[in-house]
Amino acid sequence: MPAPFVVLACGNPSRGDDALGPLLLARLDRYLACAGRAGCYELIEDFQFQVEHALDLQHRTGVLFIDASESAAAPFELCPLRPDPSPSHSTHAISPGAVLSVYERIAGEAPPPAWLLSVRGNSYELGEGLSEPARRHLEAAWLALERFCQTHFVRPVV
Amino acid sequence: MSYHLETADKPEQLRRVAIDPVSRVEGHGKVTLLMDEANKVQQVRLHIVEFRGFEKFIQGRPYWEVPVMVQRLCGICPVSHHLAASKAMDVIVGVNCLTPTAEKIRRLMHYGQMLQSHALHFFHLCSPDLLFGFDSDVGKRNIVGVAEKYPETARRGVLIRKFGQEVIRMTAGKRIHGTGSIPGGVNKSLSIEERDQLLKDVYQIVGWSRDAVHMARELHETDPSTYNSFGIFSSHFMSLIGKSGEMDFYDGKLRARDEQGNIFFDAVPPADYEKYIQEEVKAWSYMKFPFFKSLGKEHGWYKVGPLARVQNCNSIPSPLADAERREFIDYAGGLPMHAALAYHWTRMIEMLHAAETIKDLLHDPDILGHDLLLSGERKAEGVGMIEAPRGTLIHHYGVDENDLVTMCNLIVSTTHNNQAMNEAIRHVARRYLYGREVTEGLLNHIEVAIRAYDPCLSCATHALGKMPLTVELRDCEGRLLHALSRDA
Repeated sequence: MPAPFVVLACGNPSRGDDALGPLLLARLDRYLACAGRAGCYELIEDFQFQVEHALDLQHRTGVLFIDASESAAAPFELCPLRPDPSPSHSTHAISPGAVLSVYERIAGEAPPPAWLLSVRGNSYELGEGLSEPARRHLEAAWLALERFCQTHFVRPVV
Repeated sequence: MSYHLETADKPEQLRRVAIDPVSRVEGHGKVTLLMDEANKVQQVRLHIVEFRGFEKFIQGRPYWEVPVMVQRLCGICPVSHHLAASKAMDVIVGVNCLTPTAEKIRRLMHYGQMLQSHALHFFHLCSPDLLFGFDSDVGKRNIVGVAEKYPETARRGVLIRKFGQEVIRMTAGKRIHGTGSIPGGVNKSLSIEERDQLLKDVYQIVGWSRDAVHMARELHETDPSTYNSFGIFSSHFMSLIGKSGEMDFYDGKLRARDEQGNIFFDAVPPADYEKYIQEEVKAWSYMKFPFFKSLGKEHGWYKVGPLARVQNCNSIPSPLADAERREFIDYAGGLPMHAALAYHWTRMIEMLHAAETIKDLLHDPDILGHDLLLSGERKAEGVGMIEAPRGTLIHHYGVDENDLVTMCNLIVSTTHNNQAMNEAIRHVARRYLYGREVTEGLLNHIEVAIRAYDPCLSCATHALGKMPLTVELRDCEGRLLHALSRDA
């Protein structure tokens, strides 16, 4: 059986603030290992959300998406997520809500409860590090993520 | 050099329509159309408005880091960059021929990439246009619409893509940021358990891929007047070809054919590409325009990718895909097919070939071997070339005595197709937009032509809310008359 909870983070570590998702995921990985809860969560990093991530939602009790965002209020937004069947116009990436929607259609059932953590980013240039505002947003988002994990404590299925 | 509809005589007097950025086309692309008062198109251009600075990103890094770092250039086809850079670095470390295990593991990785990329493009990006029509309701013309009306098609698309990703994960070591391919070889082979896990599903994937070829073919046969002429123009083709003239995505020598199908050059070693290909810079786009030197800028441009590869090779070394290739050649009537939508049909033939090749490699005991790495006499310069999903990909590096990269030149597939994509949208503009009021459906015809080439304008930045589609209508003085916008 897969871990009960899956965390999907996306971004390119070499594209400035686009690294926010992978950085939070790496920090979460260390935190869960220290807390002895690594088996409760599967952490998945990718460059962008895609149709096949719908398959990663099977047999889960919950899912959290993490991504950088140009439109989220600073420093971050954390909110429940519902399937979004509206048109997507990006080529090779889809929104987290669309991932849930794809799951609904290929699995024929409602997706697991889902949340989206959108961390405000500002600059996405190749070869850049995190911007100064993004560093602050990362710290604020991390505190929220830690609280989220405590609230949504899950045990491995035996 | 300027082509018909590339540059209008008096652009300041024309109405401007901008598609900015091109929706469902990765990166920062933009199409502008200049129209006169009678709605007659006078100028059409596909611009690339983002300067990427790939070369600067790579220069100064140790050569052994490059195959990993280049994956961050593009989140869409990182494996293609990983392997092209590895091949160039093989030359740098003096390895001309890999161990059988190393070469077959790399091939497995690459064919996994071809499979997942082609599946994503056809089932997710293009099938909405093809199944619902180019000017159907925009609310239906997306993958969700496909999933509702064709649930099995959408499900297969997801599962083929997932299988390709699993092949990559097992050969590259990780789902992304893989380290499997290194200068001189690979750092892992497959375990028996990994092989058996893939073998369990591969026959189903071959079957579905064959069905997908038939689906693409049926679309052509159902509406030949559209499919055989949409975005059509003649040009040369170019791709890598294997030793016996067969299709080979991983290795080979360059072959080009003219618009009639005659071989123009052949057996050109990758290291000699600069003797045959030159790039032109135009003031209105950051993307260069490559052309064959001997023909010059005006006549020397060409197409790459599935349509070129399927028609450039003598055969495909897998039986089901080769049978489909012959059907395609027969359908085209003995002369090369140049219609843009034929890219989809040929892309599915390639997907089938990728699936069959993966199946064959999984039955090859060499993929379980442990002889992974070779070294040789260190060189200062190396060229690596592969056939990536979208076409020929060239990586060229110079490395100094301190092992640092001093020179880097990349020619990506989409750059090879730059002039071809511009020609395709000019053809569509002439045929569908000339003298008519511009509607969303008509503008989508432009995008359909671009999407046939599956351009990847390089962008792993995907941050939420970052890719809206905006269409602007401006009068001859630049005043905004009307705008449409929708979020990504």
